[in-house]
Amino acid sequence: MELETSAKRGVESMKIENVVCPFCGCLCDDIEVEVDNGKIVNVKKSCGVGRALFLNHEKDLAEPVMYGKKASIDDVVSEAVRVLSSAKHPLVYGLSSTSIEAQRKAVRLAELIGGSIDQTSSVCHGPTTMAIQQSGIPTCTLGEAKNRADVVVFWGSNPLESHQRHYERYSLFAKGMLISHGRKDRKLVVVDVRDTVSSKLANLFVQVEYGRDYDIFTALRMLLKGIQPSEEFIGGVHVDKLKEMLDIMLSARYGVIFFGMGLTMTGGKYHNVEAAISLVRELNAHTRWSIEAMRGHYNVKGAGSVLAWQTGFPFSVNFSLGYPRYMPGEFSAVGLLKRREVDAMLVIASDPAATFPSAAVKSMMDIPVIAVDPKKSLTTEVADVVIPVAQVGVSAEGTAYRMDGVPLRLKKVVNSPYPSDEEIISLMIKGVERVRYSG
Amino acid sequence: MAKKLVIKNGMVYDPANGVEGEIRDIFVSDGKVVESMDVKNAEVIDATGMIVAPGNVEIHSHIAGPKLTVGRLLRPEDHIKDVVKAEYPLRSGVGFSIPTTFVTAYRYLLLGYTTLMEAAVPPLEARHALDELEDMPIVDKGMYILMGNNNILFSLLKDKEHDMAKDFVGWLLRATGGYAIKVVNPGGTDSWKWGKIFNSLRDETMWGIKPVEILKLLVESAEEFHLPHPVHLHTYNLGSPGSYRAALDTINAFGDYSLHLTHLQYYCYGGDGWPTFRSEAEKVASELRKHPNITADMGQVLFEDTTTMTADTPWQYRLHTLTNNRWVSTDVEVEVGAGIVPYKYKKSSVVNAVQWAAGLELALMLDPWQIFLTTDSPNGGPFFMYPEVVKWLTSEDARRDVIKTLPSSFRKRTFLEGIHRELSLSEIIIMMSAGPAKALGLANKGHLGAGADADIAIYKKRSSVADTMGSVYMLFKDGELVVDKGKVVSGERLGRFVRVDTGVEDKMLDDKVMKMFSEYYSVNFSNYVVEDVYFKNEEVIRCE
Repeated sequence: MELETSAKRGVESMKIENVVCPFCGCLCDDIEVEVDNGKIVNVKKSCGVGRALFLNHEKDLAEPVMYGKKASIDDVVSEAVRVLSSAKHPLVYGLSSTSIEAQRKAVRLAELIGGSIDQTSSVCHGPTTMAIQQSGIPTCTLGEAKNRADVVVFWGSNPLESHQRHYERYSLFAKGMLISHGRKDRKLVVVDVRDTVSSKLANLFVQVEYGRDYDIFTALRMLLKGIQPSEEFIGGVHVDKLKEMLDIMLSARYGVIFFGMGLTMTGGKYHNVEAAISLVRELNAHTRWSIEAMRGHYNVKGAGSVLAWQTGFPFSVNFSLGYPRYMPGEFSAVGLLKRREVDAMLVIASDPAATFPSAAVKSMMDIPVIAVDPKKSLTTEVADVVIPVAQVGVSAEGTAYRMDGVPLRLKKVVNSPYPSDEEIISLMIKGVERVRYSG
Repeated sequence: MAKKLVIKNGMVYDPANGVEGEIRDIFVSDGKVVESMDVKNAEVIDATGMIVAPGNVEIHSHIAGPKLTVGRLLRPEDHIKDVVKAEYPLRSGVGFSIPTTFVTAYRYLLLGYTTLMEAAVPPLEARHALDELEDMPIVDKGMYILMGNNNILFSLLKDKEHDMAKDFVGWLLRATGGYAIKVVNPGGTDSWKWGKIFNSLRDETMWGIKPVEILKLLVESAEEFHLPHPVHLHTYNLGSPGSYRAALDTINAFGDYSLHLTHLQYYCYGGDGWPTFRSEAEKVASELRKHPNITADMGQVLFEDTTTMTADTPWQYRLHTLTNNRWVSTDVEVEVGAGIVPYKYKKSSVVNAVQWAAGLELALMLDPWQIFLTTDSPNGGPFFMYPEVVKWLTSEDARRDVIKTLPSSFRKRTFLEGIHRELSLSEIIIMMSAGPAKALGLANKGHLGAGADADIAIYKKRSSVADTMGSVYMLFKDGELVVDKGKVVSGERLGRFVRVDTGVEDKMLDDKVMKMFSEYYSVNFSNYVVEDVYFKNEEVIRCE
């Protein structure tokens, strides 16, 4: 870490370079943050969202609250331990916006209390994981897109709004080893149900009818095998346009498909992704192709990895029999809540009250909910116990895995009055061990 | 006051010190073996009638890192047949071909292992491997850093900047916390990124250099830095008919250097296609015998449903097209890639049967100080089945029992039936402990002489070597009891992380390297170098 401490501005003032942004799965690691008297006063190189994240680091901070009343950190942690260790089927949920270190502890906690644990993938790219379980995946790190990809396809994804520097740093404008001119050396194909700011830059925009992505993949796979589809229009797209698209794809020396929730959360879900993977796999008999999910939260990739290395399974895991079991739907947070099978919920670094279907949120209102979060959110508003924490990547250190799995060290650039999630969850583990295991 | 331990009256097997089954006492003070001591206040373990040996050392296994986790994620069907309950404070998990991290540690401990080497870490993703290794309690561990397809290295070689290239090698090892240099299909994994299958040491790759030059640079760098372990090599043309020629070619090219040839079984095949596939283990073994400076490990296959994973991405694509099994492939920018394909070795397949025989032939024709017991886990089969391999190495009858169940054409493609050798307990301990420790340059492992780490395994003596070595009765790690009566008893204690320090600091890299770094990588240089915080409980071997 390059720390340029400025004597003029006092010890708490400095410019920190190469900071990793803890917002989206891009984990841009070139951010410059200027700190003056313990406050972030300037942010350079980041996108608007990242800039706002750093500059507003002191706004809307969560506070320790217990059943509507202010409390101490010790009190809220003790109450969390009491609730979790007396629950019959507690649920631990979230994890995607915190560090690997905290995620590792969270799995241990879920195991000790014999509950279920799920992460935000189950309402996001969980279907991607299920598709990988069906068919594998040929993929690459983002630097390969930067170095090699002369054709990129964005499918059901609008990166200029969701991952604002993806085009710039990795996929479209980036100059790399074999792509010395950046944009000029690349062709961009965008497939989406509507025109977007991202599709405006495309060499070819393919507008697919809502929910018909699977048909398009199937048609492309047929064309690749030399089979002429019997229909003229497929998924709202003329076959000639699909042929044009396939020709572009086959002309690639190295191509990458980046796909978003336009595939995972529309009809067909994991079938769409499986079809996409199959197309890419088959393209590899002709030229090199990879495919990659546009992961949202900055460490959602890490959440799936930690769960996989500690339990064998990436999400929707249950410990009630003493060993990990995996069943999407059965042990997914939304399913468990909707069926009212859980009697307490610990939310770590996410906002299910804002993102879950209403039936699941209603169920949350009827059970004790503990929220661990640096910031106020809808979930902290409805939670019975709120445990504020330092924000990883801003006021706490930790590891995060980029959307392509590249692990990076997040820095602490300012102080927080609160401990990190990792420390809070460790305290809960100790508390539960005392109650349940006399540890 | 020093913590003292005496293991009394055991039958001590310490092959590194020429001890074979002598009744001796072993003295331990503060986690180290000592020659003698005042036994007052010492804890005494009565090992009468039991075998006492140094803890085992794993020289080649895939246990931690991104490809393991993708493999785990890929195969729920592998996990559900082998679940592990939590027994506080031990963790739950799943086992079989790609166990969870905690279960990996527990199962290795139950086989008497106290040191594990993760065999293939992409440098860019070293932090991930380190995170997983931290979730592998009790055992000591280290990792090999993949370098045979590094584009910055290629570029330096092409420009004949050999000195900078060697510094780069030393820097990369230090910056990522590596213990040894790993090479997988040099030039081949990179060529696959260009859509080319490349299988040669002596042809030019897309970079205008030959893999033999890449290897020479790495082998010489390892010698010049005095690394404790030489280049750990998975050479070209793995697994194919005729692969024995790649082994002979590699041995001939580097016969004058120190080298470790890993999972050598996969390089013992003759024939010019699958129909004529046969074992040529004898040719490989006789060549290896002429080069005592080269060591190897078996990469034995078992007839199991397992998960193959390797940085040899073109081979994994080929395996996928051969089997139509699920295929994961990850190209890692600038430096390497990894592929995963589930695979079932079947007794009904004569190819698989030949593979099974080739590994055993190889081991039975060599000195155990030269070839070590591995299955290239999980590639040849899961490590917790090592006792099966021990059984075949130590019993001709056990081998015959398997051969009876194999296709009839097996006989004319192999010569295993002509080998009558049965390895002794002492020889197995060499293959699992003393040999790998020596090849790794781990001076305090693999023996029970004064100064050794008190990693001591106690086995109950049973009717066969395989049964004896099948599970450890008691295991001490640094003098602490970690397995008692065949159960792991130590909870979250963290073992040591062993790495080398070559002394090549960041500032020693020249502008050209830094320029390539900023142009080729998607992360900043300063965020590439692994921070000290990841090297928990480290032991640094300085080798400047």
